Amino acid sequence: MVEHRPLAKLVAHLILCLGVAVVAFPVYLTFIASTHQPADIVNGTMGLLPGSMGLTHYIDALFVGTKQIKSTPVLQMMANSLVMALVIAFGKIAISIISAYAVVFFRFPLRMFFFWMIFVTLMLPVEVRIYPTYKVVADLGMLNSYAGLTIPLIASATATLLFRQFFLTIPDELVEAAKIDGAGPMKFFRDVVLPLSRTNIAALFVILFIYGWNQYLWPLLVTTDASMDTIVYGIRRMIVTSDANTDWHIVMATVMLAMLPPVLVVIAMQKLFVKGLVETEK
Amino acid sequence: MARVALKGVRKDFGQTKVIHGVDLEVADGELVVIVGPSGCGKSTLLRMVAGLETVSAGEIAIDGRVVNQLEPKDRDIAMVFQNYALYPHMSVYDNMAYGLRNRGMAKDEIDRRVREAAKILELAALLERKPRQLSGGQRQRVAMGRAIVREPKAFLFDEPLSNLDAKLRVQMRVEIKKLQRQLGVTSLYVTHDQVEAMTLADRLVVMHAGIAEQIGTPLDLYARPASTFVGGFIGSPAMNFLPGHAENGTVEIGHGVSFALPGQAARGDVTVGIRPEHMTLNHGAGMATLPLKVDLLEPLGAETLVYGKLPDGLEVTARVHGETQVAIGSTLPFSVEPRHVHLFDKASGKRLP
Ligand SMILES: Nc1ncnc2c1ncn2[C@@H]1O[C@H](COP(=O)(O)OP(=O)(O)O)[C@@H](O)[C@H]1O
Ligand SMILES: [Mg+2]
Repeated sequence: MVEHRPLAKLVAHLILCLGVAVVAFPVYLTFIASTHQPADIVNGTMGLLPGSMGLTHYIDALFVGTKQIKSTPVLQMMANSLVMALVIAFGKIAISIISAYAVVFFRFPLRMFFFWMIFVTLMLPVEVRIYPTYKVVADLGMLNSYAGLTIPLIASATATLLFRQFFLTIPDELVEAAKIDGAGPMKFFRDVVLPLSRTNIAALFVILFIYGWNQYLWPLLVTTDASMDTIVYGIRRMIVTSDANTDWHIVMATVMLAMLPPVLVVIAMQKLFVKGLVETEK
Repeated sequence: MARVALKGVRKDFGQTKVIHGVDLEVADGELVVIVGPSGCGKSTLLRMVAGLETVSAGEIAIDGRVVNQLEPKDRDIAMVFQNYALYPHMSVYDNMAYGLRNRGMAKDEIDRRVREAAKILELAALLERKPRQLSGGQRQRVAMGRAIVREPKAFLFDEPLSNLDAKLRVQMRVEIKKLQRQLGVTSLYVTHDQVEAMTLADRLVVMHAGIAEQIGTPLDLYARPASTFVGGFIGSPAMNFLPGHAENGTVEIGHGVSFALPGQAARGDVTVGIRPEHMTLNHGAGMATLPLKVDLLEPLGAETLVYGKLPDGLEVTARVHGETQVAIGSTLPFSVEPRHVHLFDKASGKRLP
């Protein structure tokens, strides 16, 4: 769209700025709160400027956690979350790229049946199958373990479908050229399919990492031991009904810390995104 | 380098029969072109030789060894695809080296072969580029290079020039022919373009609906087409076909025009084939006249194509020298030397001797 109407442009920008403000203001407020004394936060006297505490609350949060209600140190919770998010993201990518490879490039009995089986699981997210899944995990003795936190979330129909769509765009001739070049299925996967999927993998990694990081319901169920708390669920544990018993300054710092890794992942991966978009390898 | 032999090769895709029994012997170092209209089964035939399709019946042998059950990589062939099928994420060098690495060849031997092929194909300066940074012609050459470095028993080409523009196509056609001569590798080349086929081929196979209609040198096929299909397919503009009736060494084509064809034993209804370039305005003794009413002219400089109708409305094309003065609407008395008249059986379309 090539338009030269300054007024329309101005209005559009105003609306966009408003949108950004709506999203950014609470984050800003959280950051401001994390630098104030706990009393100022609860009294509502903290204002909109950074307080006197600097980053000391962050140190406290990372290494101690909340004190009134004893919580796990945030560093520990972040480590738990990191393990969970990484295992889920890599696990999902590994499993779905392999199943998509099988469905697209191999002819085996009941191929379409298995494809549809995977497809149907789209209708069964964790929330729907939560009781049976919990029962299985409990019976296998995986409560309060990383295995219990991650394995049930690893299967992914969405990622499988995405990879399948991408694989379908790889021309048959490329597969045939590789056959003539003496590349067996494994070699073809490693030497051609994986490098061509690089940008898809990066995109999925971002999405899946955030998905894993933000899990709430599942950790709530399978972990009872505080040392296994993930940060998103751990924040909930830091807050109690009475303001006086909640260390709001620590909570605010923890919230800021919880947002950090997903932001870093997005920033780090964005380069690969853009590179992938510009390069259009196909 | 090797002979490639096809014996009674058939291909069915389920119920659809695509190749109905092809016999072909390609001699050592020979370039055989398979030509035919789209969908006649050329690619399928080539892919069976490559091992990318199974053979439904018959036998394919490379260098005397039956390869029906062998994987493509074990057949020692190299293939060039229409869309080149280069690995998009690999450099030109790696594209050429990949097949050799998979065979466990020593690094310096790979390097020697790739650099030599790059020199022959003038790719030496482009070895580090990715395929997307190359022009169509360069990509085509990389695809050729990938085939050359393998030093295979046979090259298989599936319409390798179809994605190039007309000028480049002519240029690459010459290069491929030179290269094939120079390397002396047995080659099967598929194309739908009869000019490309004629110019490249040592021998031609004209395919029609899954059958090899005729196999021979380009000039054989031009001079003695085995059927109306081959007659119409080889040569441009296409051969004119007129219905006729043969009797006692003469062929009558209606409204009193008849050719004397001494020694021609055919009797009954026939199809008469006359090439546009054999329509002449120079009358020899005893040559019949074809009065052509001119509808349209295509002056090409060196020659002019004359499109017109015979009195009974049959459309006929003639090719005359570029300096011949022809007016639209006029009627020209064309004629044909008897030796340039082809006779085909009307029902089967087969050549009558
Ligand atoms: N995998 C396939 N399954 C079914 N029919 C096929 C298959 N491949 C080719 N065909 C059919 O075989 C015929 C010949 O195809 P092809 O060899 O590609 O023709 P050409 O290369 O001469 O244009 C076509 O009618 C095509 O539809
Ligand atoms: Mg084809």
